[in-house]
Amino acid sequence: MPADPKAVLTGVHFLNGDVACCEGALAAGARFAAGYPITPSTEIVERFASRAPEVGGVFIQMEDELAASIALQGAVWGGAKSFTVTSGPGFSLMMEHVGYAAMTETPCVFVDVQRGGPSTGLPTLPAQGDMMQARWGSHGDYEVIALCPNSPQECFDLTIKCFNWAEDYRNPVVLLMDECVGHMTEKVVIPPAEQIDVTPRHLTDKRPGDYLPFKPCDNLVPEMAHAGDGYRFHITGVTHDERGYLAVTSQAQDKLVRRLCDKIRSAADQLTLVEEEGTEDADVVVVSYGITSRVAERAIRMARERGLKVGKLRLITIWPFPENRVRAVARRVKTLVVPELNLGQMVYEVERVAGGLARTVGVTHAGGGVHRPEDILAAIVEGAQ
Amino acid sequence: MSDNLMLENAALQVEEALPESMNPVEPFLRSERIPHIWCPGCGIGTTVNCFARAVMDSKLDPNKIAVVSGIGCSGRVAGYVNLDSFHTTHGRAIPFATGLKLANPELTVVVYSGDGDLASIGGNHLIHAARRNLDIKVICVNNLIYAMTGGQSAATTPESCTTATSPYGTFEPTLNLPHLLEAAGATFIARWTTYHVMQLAKTMKEALLHKGFSFIEIISPCPTLFQRRNQMGDGLETMKFYKEHGKTKHGADTASLDMTKSGDIIIGKFVEKKDRPEYIDHMREYYTQKLGRPFEYQVKTC
Amino acid sequence: MPKGFVTITAERCKGCGFCVEFCPTHVLALSSAFNFKGYHPPYVHDAEKCSGCDLCGMYCPDFAIYGTRITAAQKKGANHAG
Repeated sequence: MPADPKAVLTGVHFLNGDVACCEGALAAGARFAAGYPITPSTEIVERFASRAPEVGGVFIQMEDELAASIALQGAVWGGAKSFTVTSGPGFSLMMEHVGYAAMTETPCVFVDVQRGGPSTGLPTLPAQGDMMQARWGSHGDYEVIALCPNSPQECFDLTIKCFNWAEDYRNPVVLLMDECVGHMTEKVVIPPAEQIDVTPRHLTDKRPGDYLPFKPCDNLVPEMAHAGDGYRFHITGVTHDERGYLAVTSQAQDKLVRRLCDKIRSAADQLTLVEEEGTEDADVVVVSYGITSRVAERAIRMARERGLKVGKLRLITIWPFPENRVRAVARRVKTLVVPELNLGQMVYEVERVAGGLARTVGVTHAGGGVHRPEDILAAIVEGAQ
Repeated sequence: MSDNLMLENAALQVEEALPESMNPVEPFLRSERIPHIWCPGCGIGTTVNCFARAVMDSKLDPNKIAVVSGIGCSGRVAGYVNLDSFHTTHGRAIPFATGLKLANPELTVVVYSGDGDLASIGGNHLIHAARRNLDIKVICVNNLIYAMTGGQSAATTPESCTTATSPYGTFEPTLNLPHLLEAAGATFIARWTTYHVMQLAKTMKEALLHKGFSFIEIISPCPTLFQRRNQMGDGLETMKFYKEHGKTKHGADTASLDMTKSGDIIIGKFVEKKDRPEYIDHMREYYTQKLGRPFEYQVKTC
Repeated sequence: MPKGFVTITAERCKGCGFCVEFCPTHVLALSSAFNFKGYHPPYVHDAEKCSGCDLCGMYCPDFAIYGTRITAAQKKGANHAG
């Protein structure tokens, strides 16, 4: 359905990524955000705090990230679309509730504007060190969807995508920004509301008594109901049956947790967003994401000026990992070069998929700045040999 | 006549001569889940009876009441009540309830959990929810111990009590919850024991109808893990202790409500204020003033 | 004719004794019989005294007992039937 025009700032703007993310959330129908201040994400909720009253929405600054990351889920079950935003240390605190959202199949959005870690790390400087945390940070087996923008425009566009996919899959979705993208100011085009596709919540039309909050439909995703709608349903983070009742057995665990994972894994191809260019006859393909993809562009251009055959594969979807696209590229190249602002995270995913097909070379950076294009170039040159 | 025969006769009598009846608590239970997990002599089920009667007496529409629990024995209440119910994470029932209430202010949101969950791991949320005076009702079943994990000491365990993690007895000072809540700004504060069922049901009803952050502490036996370890008898002995030592003092100074191992338990309704604005009411009014037009509250969009 | 009666769901009972102890008219006693789970449920020891106040129901942590008042009309009906 189209977006509610009341909250869509149609027009051409000059916005930073944080603000663009907030506008994306509003366009996607978010009227509730719970947050706790943390650099470099705070501008998102500052913007939301200023915009929410204009559109009847609520921002609440909670007492900590644990509170923020569960308040937003309470709001979802009350009928809101909602999100929270944070950065590494706060994201660490939120992990229990990423797991709760996965287990209770609560459609919601977590935005993590990454900074250097571990611990307090580099509060105002970039990194891409939370890639694995977004995937594995909470205990147990579960799947998340995670998207990674490389521009303020994408912060707007992908935030909407996050909200839509949260509804489609009844799953937590993470927008993995980084400090550079969050604080970068560029042109952002916000289309008219009727051109923005917003996924409504998939509410059940069953009668009370017939509705089971965890009975999956054909796509393995159950329908939703809201508190107050007369269904008197039960939601728990404990392993449960289709009624939502506790079922602490290995059989119930197997049935539930496999479905939670399978509903995302079986949709991996539909969830794959990548930007691929010049890979057909390439010897080397640079696999990158977020701000690093923009540095990689420069390195690719420099390599091509030297006559090297280099392609690019930019991962927009990070989780589920776009295995099929990476494998297809790996089949026809010598080397995959993976620059990232960490000491090696996604490179191991690439290597897992490309193993036996192509060589994988990481270009690491501990964070605090971005790569020098020359360092990526050096890896390309070596990989082409 | 043997007891067995008498039982049978009584049952027959009921069938033959007496009018049809149903346990008044039954419509509020997920009957298929009973018997529950609580131990013999545990007081949590007793508090659920009081809650069911309070809901009935309040005349609120049960379809518009949601129960939110955390983790622990009392956290299981959400799973047994036939209402929209949410069993959340350890300590986080209150912030979940905060989001739920803000999304749909028409709901009566009740947080039903234990002392460890609400006052220790969730203590920060308890303070801030009281500060905001958001209209949620917190029912804190205080059994003075971490029960579900096997009887470890809690912030509410009175001094010199033996627990699994204080084998030589506790020596830390105890948290006085009503006093904490009053300082933080709660506008309805009461304490009863599980012996005081009529008073508790009445107070629960009042809390359901109070507009603002409400807190009811219920002192409740944990015969398996607290009383037994401290040679304080079983659940029934504890209830008799409550009967003898529960001293009703409505409006008592909350600073005077500290609990000791074997001393009197001061009970009653201590705070009921109407002078602090409720959070959502205040927000509506405040934004209407700031925006210069009515604040059209519409968080529920799905 | 008593003013009320109690109904016992013996299989839910865990034998805590709250209902027996706190029944204001001492209607109940604990049975020496066992229920399926091995607890001693209460039985009606003195049915005539029951007021149907349901205090037993309020106390019962296991939702295993409740009291019901008998209305005047019901009493009349019962008498006619008897």
